[in-house]
Amino acid sequence: MSDTAGVREPVIRIEHLSKTYTRGGQPIPVLMDINLEVGRAEFVSLMGPSGSGKSTLLNLIAGIDHPSSGRISINGVDIATLDESELADWRAANVGFIFQFYNLMPVLTAYENVELPLLLTNLSRRQRKTHVEACLAMVGLSDRMDHYPNELSGGQQQRVAIARALVTDPTLIVADEPTGDLDRATGEEVLKLMDELHRDLGKTIVMVTHDPKAASRASRMIHLEKGVLVDDPGADGH
Amino acid sequence: MFLFKLLLKNAFRHKLRTLLTMVGLIVAISAFGLLRTIVDAWYAGVEGTSNTRLITRSSISLGYPLPVYYADKIKKVDGVTGVTWMNWFGGIYIDRRNFFARMAIDGPSYFSLFPEFNISDEEKAAFMADRQGVILGRKTAQRFGWQVGDTIPLSGTIYPGSWTFNIRGIYTVKDARYDETLMLMHWNLIDQSVRKRLGSNAANQVGLFMVSIKDPARASVISQEIDGLFKNSVAETRTETEKAFQLGVVSMSRAILMAIRAVSFVVILIIMAVMANTMTMTARERLAEYATLKALGFSPGFVVKLLFGESMLIAFIGGVIGIGMTFPLAQGFLMQTNNVFKVFEVSQITMVYQAIAALFVGVIAAIWPAWKMSRIDIVQGLRHVA
Repeated sequence: MSDTAGVREPVIRIEHLSKTYTRGGQPIPVLMDINLEVGRAEFVSLMGPSGSGKSTLLNLIAGIDHPSSGRISINGVDIATLDESELADWRAANVGFIFQFYNLMPVLTAYENVELPLLLTNLSRRQRKTHVEACLAMVGLSDRMDHYPNELSGGQQQRVAIARALVTDPTLIVADEPTGDLDRATGEEVLKLMDELHRDLGKTIVMVTHDPKAASRASRMIHLEKGVLVDDPGADGH
Repeated sequence: MFLFKLLLKNAFRHKLRTLLTMVGLIVAISAFGLLRTIVDAWYAGVEGTSNTRLITRSSISLGYPLPVYYADKIKKVDGVTGVTWMNWFGGIYIDRRNFFARMAIDGPSYFSLFPEFNISDEEKAAFMADRQGVILGRKTAQRFGWQVGDTIPLSGTIYPGSWTFNIRGIYTVKDARYDETLMLMHWNLIDQSVRKRLGSNAANQVGLFMVSIKDPARASVISQEIDGLFKNSVAETRTETEKAFQLGVVSMSRAILMAIRAVSFVVILIIMAVMANTMTMTARERLAEYATLKALGFSPGFVVKLLFGESMLIAFIGGVIGIGMTFPLAQGFLMQTNNVFKVFEVSQITMVYQAIAALFVGVIAAIWPAWKMSRIDIVQGLRHVA
């Protein structure tokens, strides 16, 4: 796992980033001239009203969407210049995903779901087993590894998803409304877990949320409105 | 290994849907096999022909007889090694549904021309010694439970009256292409009955001649020579190879055969549409899962393999069971049709066609959803779950 030492070393550097969708022949700007830096081991929350572009920004950072213009550099790699295949390889090695609705494979057990990203590596079966068991232990689900998603509660499923996001020891973890489908108590558990990932494992986390309480768990809150960064307390700090 | 595990689990995720699709495929593949077997049965006579045999018949139609003395003239044609003849006897055994082909033949010359029939010398001798003796094909003997020594009562149709025949031998054939259902009786016996009933002018007539030749390459020349012998006579002939003759018989049913063939392909097209619909529904339901896999770093090719694999797995299982089901289905069909077909076997080539059809269905059904899913936008796909 990553070390926790370098606190403000930039992992994400975004320069003049814009994203425009075209609907019915009309260009719709979603993000406009975004400039942002996120340091190593930072836990950043992206907030803003619906349609502010926060999820789009998260998707661009995660390499699952392409910018219309500008540059996104993650750990020194300009991902805007990578083709689909290179991006897929890059995501597998560098990004852990946590989704609002967990997005687990319903036909696979918790163990198999966590193992999924490791199947894209050269690790042996035995090595994979060690990693998967360690991650499931970390999220407190060692006793549920043979359970299928429909046999787990929402909170447990999200913990499996967190273990899956963690298992490849990625540079970056992106979370899109990770507590959005959970009740307050369970959401709190998940946030606590994410806090541990950031604090104990030194993971760089970018989280999109509507919930101010969830956002407050992050070390830095960034506000977007109508595709523009309106409030970024860390903007001058890098 | 993981890919196989995942597609196996995916294939049986909606058990009822997969089961119903498989049942459809089993029905389609076995129906395809049965229909092809019916067409094959029609052509079985053609497959069992020899290229060293010619058929000489009346140039007007099969219904017009030829004088038996033509045999001596045909024998003298250069390249001819033997001649025999036969008449269609017809007749009814108890009920019209108990159909099997009954023919009057000239014993010694007939057996030397048809070496594909296995019959012992003892049985041949017993047949020759008994005017009312018959040689019976194994399948017909089995069908009615007859054995050597049993008698067969027939009521005549072309040759009126009540007839009783004694089974003197049971023949088998060297391979499945040949007819094992015939009943062969003495031509002399029926000729004498005609003579007795209609007078000597109506006697000495045969339905057709079968001519063996030395060199198949000369079949056309010899055919022309034989027909030339009887040109401008009262009974002109038409000679052709045994295969051409059988094809001519089959061609009378060409429209029916074409319809059967068309239906067999339509059945496959229908199941293809059903399966394509199933796979498309499946892919649409799993849009978010495929998007998740792609987000995690799995390639579009992996998604393609998942969908093709699942489709091929269903097609494989349905195809294997469908091929297996063809055999009892064909047996049941044959029994229901009172064994009207002389040769009715599910051939190896039919099984190969069935396997290809199942494979084809599996591949075609997966093309569109696999192509579509391999191109899904990850963001759109992930939004699908929400």
